[in-house]
Amino acid sequence: MSGYLSDVAALARKDLLLELRGRDTLPAMLLFVASALVIFHFALPSGTGELAGLGLLWVAIVFTALLGLSRAFVAEREQGVLDGLVLAPSDRSAIWLGKAIAAFAFLALAEVVALPLFALFFSSVDGATVAGVVLADVGICAVGVFLAAMSIATRARELLLPVLFLPLAIPLIVGGVGASVTENPGRYLGFLALYDLLFATICWASFEYVVAE
Amino acid sequence: MWLRNNALAASAALAAVLLASAIALIAFYVPVDADQGLSQKIFYFHVPIALTAYACFGWGAWKALRHLWKRQEGADLESYVAIHLGVIFGAMTLLTGSIWARASWGVWWAWSSKQLVLFLVLFLFYCAYFMLRFSVEPGPRRANLSAVYALFGVVLIPISFLAIRLAEDFIHPTVFTSNGPQMSGSMFFTFCVSWAAMLATFGALYRLELAGKRIDARMRELRELLA
Amino acid sequence: MTIRARGLAMRYGAKRVFEGLDLDVEPGGFVLVTGPNGSGKTTLMRLISGLVLPTAGELEVDSDRARLGFLAHEPLVYRELTALENLELYGRLYRVPERRERIGMLLERFDLWDARSERTGSFSRGMLQRLALCRVFLHEPSLLLLDEPFSALDAEGAALLDRELAARRGRSTFLVATHDPERLEPLATGRLAFA
Repeated sequence: MSGYLSDVAALARKDLLLELRGRDTLPAMLLFVASALVIFHFALPSGTGELAGLGLLWVAIVFTALLGLSRAFVAEREQGVLDGLVLAPSDRSAIWLGKAIAAFAFLALAEVVALPLFALFFSSVDGATVAGVVLADVGICAVGVFLAAMSIATRARELLLPVLFLPLAIPLIVGGVGASVTENPGRYLGFLALYDLLFATICWASFEYVVAE
Repeated sequence: MWLRNNALAASAALAAVLLASAIALIAFYVPVDADQGLSQKIFYFHVPIALTAYACFGWGAWKALRHLWKRQEGADLESYVAIHLGVIFGAMTLLTGSIWARASWGVWWAWSSKQLVLFLVLFLFYCAYFMLRFSVEPGPRRANLSAVYALFGVVLIPISFLAIRLAEDFIHPTVFTSNGPQMSGSMFFTFCVSWAAMLATFGALYRLELAGKRIDARMRELRELLA
Repeated sequence: MTIRARGLAMRYGAKRVFEGLDLDVEPGGFVLVTGPNGSGKTTLMRLISGLVLPTAGELEVDSDRARLGFLAHEPLVYRELTALENLELYGRLYRVPERRERIGMLLERFDLWDARSERTGSFSRGMLQRLALCRVFLHEPSLLLLDEPFSALDAEGAALLDRELAARRGRSTFLVATHDPERLEPLATGRLAFA
């Protein structure tokens, strides 16, 4: 067990280190989310109310995440390193978990910028929204990293990722927006937790089959 | 014995008989609905088709599990065929649902129909299944990826249903009253026959498509052996 | 038998890479695999390593992933990480005991100690190959699959590798794909030629 966690830690550390050195994904995500928020200002006719803005925040989060996730396995694919990781005696699911943790860190960093910016441009962000963001991030990263690994095994590569991801992101949007706009966020947060639990489990159990034959 | 050798013909015959019976029952036997009129009869197609689509996806996921877990030969192909038919039935569900909405409420699409919205999400998901499948060379990798994705789909069905339910709280669609059937005996009987007919149609089409694909595979193998 | 193959066949769609391959490699054996480019040497390596499944035939490999070392065409290292960091990662994943010491020792043995803190993106092809060799030997594998290990090595690098192979011969099992079989002939216990 401790071996497994140490594998995950080593892999997550590797991904964080790669981003620190490469410095291409995170700045792109930050710039993207800021631009998206500005676009939303122009996309919301006056009188649509503050709730519409909150809904669009979630759109911004999902698409920013997609941007980052499309880069998730690029290093492994370009340099063929995935073979090296797959051949290691560690459980293959550790590859997924390590990368999902790193992806969560990047997404969270992007949101640390996005949420205050949103509060500045549109309306304040309450605790339920933040909780929703955290829970939704778990689901986005778990499923997103998993699907990113699937897409690189295909001819279409990263092009396939949004196609695979968006239907699965619909429940997350519902949970997130519900937590942000309704008076009863608890139900939606609970739903997000359920999504996270179910999909993280299935991702963890089946990642083996995505990278190995 | 004869039944075994001619399973495909037998299932096709069964489907034909049931379909014919169902259509006859729907057209002539079951009473016209007091509130919605003749158009309500689409319900007897729409819901059985929808339920059959779920059955297709469920069967596809089961075969996917057999492939991953037990490495069963041919399970991947069976899973693919089931999902393929599921998408066809799903498209039919969206179509009949749309017609029903138009006939009942005058609109071609109703977000208030949870059933329809769920099918839309699933339709998108399973179309992506095909994009995935056709983007990978045939082989163990493609079978594994397809199987895993099919399992995701089966988890997505209840989650999406929950999500759509929850979303109604803040989406506030104009609610059209669609009285879920409080069915009388004759209505229930017709419904069941129709459902059986759709399932039998799935069964027959499933066998047919599988047989065709297996022959294709054999042909390819033979061609490669001879080459 | 460390490796046992019967009627092994590999096909990618319509393209037949090889078929009807039988192979026996006993523990401690040193088998050279020769043949022109594209004849299936690399495919065989990938099959035995477990990265791909054969389209037909039986394959038994008496080794788990922890005891297997695979040298591919690519060095399988991250360009943005240093040599040390790459080996650290593999060392952790392979649970190498006394990791730091072993890494240091291998880097020295393959003359990479001075470049240990440089990003591998700046390495020459020869250096990358030597780093890949460090990676392969890091966890003391008992079964080594080497796909053209001498490629990109200069005379010094090749001498280093010769020394390493000679030291391990007999203790580990080797399957080596090479364009230069004469060099390894003294060590070989068997040959497999692809047409």
